[in-house]
Amino acid sequence: MYRKLNTPLLDEVTVQLKAGDLILLSGEIYTARDEAHKRMVEALDRGEMLPFEIKNSIIYYVGPCPPRPGQVVGSCGPTTSGRMDKYAPRLIELGLKGMIGKGARSEEVVESMKKHKAVYFTAVGGAGALLAQRVKKVEVVAYEDLGPEAIYKFTVENFPLIVTIDIYGNNLYEIEREKYKTHVKR
Amino acid sequence: MREIKASQIVEVVKKLCIEANYNLPDDILKGLKIRKKEEKSPLGQKILEDIILNAEIAMQEKMAICQDTGMAVVFVDIGQEVRVVDGDLEEAINEGVRLGYKEGYLRKSVVKSPIERINTNDNTPAVIHYRVCRGDRLIITVMPKGAGSENMSALKMLKPSDGLEGVKRFVIETVEKSGPNACPPLIVGVGLGGDFEYAAYLAKKALLRKVGERHQDILIARLEEELLNEINSLGIGPMGLGGTTTALGVHIEVYPTHIASLPVAVNLGCHATRHATFVL
Repeated sequence: MYRKLNTPLLDEVTVQLKAGDLILLSGEIYTARDEAHKRMVEALDRGEMLPFEIKNSIIYYVGPCPPRPGQVVGSCGPTTSGRMDKYAPRLIELGLKGMIGKGARSEEVVESMKKHKAVYFTAVGGAGALLAQRVKKVEVVAYEDLGPEAIYKFTVENFPLIVTIDIYGNNLYEIEREKYKTHVKR
Repeated sequence: MREIKASQIVEVVKKLCIEANYNLPDDILKGLKIRKKEEKSPLGQKILEDIILNAEIAMQEKMAICQDTGMAVVFVDIGQEVRVVDGDLEEAINEGVRLGYKEGYLRKSVVKSPIERINTNDNTPAVIHYRVCRGDRLIITVMPKGAGSENMSALKMLKPSDGLEGVKRFVIETVEKSGPNACPPLIVGVGLGGDFEYAAYLAKKALLRKVGERHQDILIARLEEELLNEINSLGIGPMGLGGTTTALGVHIEVYPTHIASLPVAVNLGCHATRHATFVL
């Protein structure tokens, strides 16, 4: 029922993924949310390098809870992806292949994903304790002053994801919602 | 006058912040389990299963149910025969939040200014709602409110001529627009009447009611039931990935209003609508 995937995420793989596929992801992913995205795009505007290799990478939209002593990471479920829509196409153009979050994406992001073969995964929102168990290692990569909003490198094992928008533009939110909608508009 | 020390309040607020973030209220857990059995979408069932499992892990491992441990919304009912001594009430509440978020390893999610956005690093200040009431007790409720659901909440000043139909339409529209973003299955808090800010306050307060309990007024209870059925026919489903469980409950609170007004506020609560109460 699950398909196993590893990072880096290559085009040969993204072309095979279909909206609705259940994934167990292993490898390294980078965390970034609002402020980190703002800083990355500002760095690009100044002609600077990004703090990690963006090509074939996956960004996880998350701001984790701090770990207790002995813990790798605190609760770490996805945040609402739409807030990163303004910045995502710029990173996708540079080779970002996967995004993990929750919630809808803009038309611009989906168009960019189709053009550059990038995939949008969702993780179960609010399941931060469950997801934390699949994170094996955490390292700070950049913007440490942002605390939970810093960029971290997460080493994950069998991290459970759902392919929600594939490179063909199939959107699981729309497909599944239609199946169960019986509401008559007022 | 009964005297309560500020230090007691600090301790209570601290414990409530941690307790609320680690333990999903029983009524919500029960609601999720019932809905899981009834959910028609296989993916929806799987998501509900993960949500239930997550709540169990959080409770056992003593960790936050969700990484968005929210802004601390604190409801304080102060008996008029209570006097707070050895300190300031508001400072005591904020100190409790500060300690709770530190000692509970909870995320600090508050920025000092909405424009400059510098983190206060201790999750203060709290949003505090005081109510003076009879008696000599101090009742404190902490509700950590995440932004996913808060950001999809809405308020509208309807015209009296919009009537019941207008109210229903606005509630449904707000849930429909929120789609997956507010982390369904939701608890939909509705404040009806009062004025601009009181409707919003009522909507938030409605989220504290136990899932499965209905409003005492039979007409309002019927409206809650009707809206719940309608919301669950939208198809949004668990985490917006389709299904028949979009909300666990619709809770409406009402208040008299102006002859020219019909305020309606919809405060969405995610599937981890957390809160904990203590009576001092």
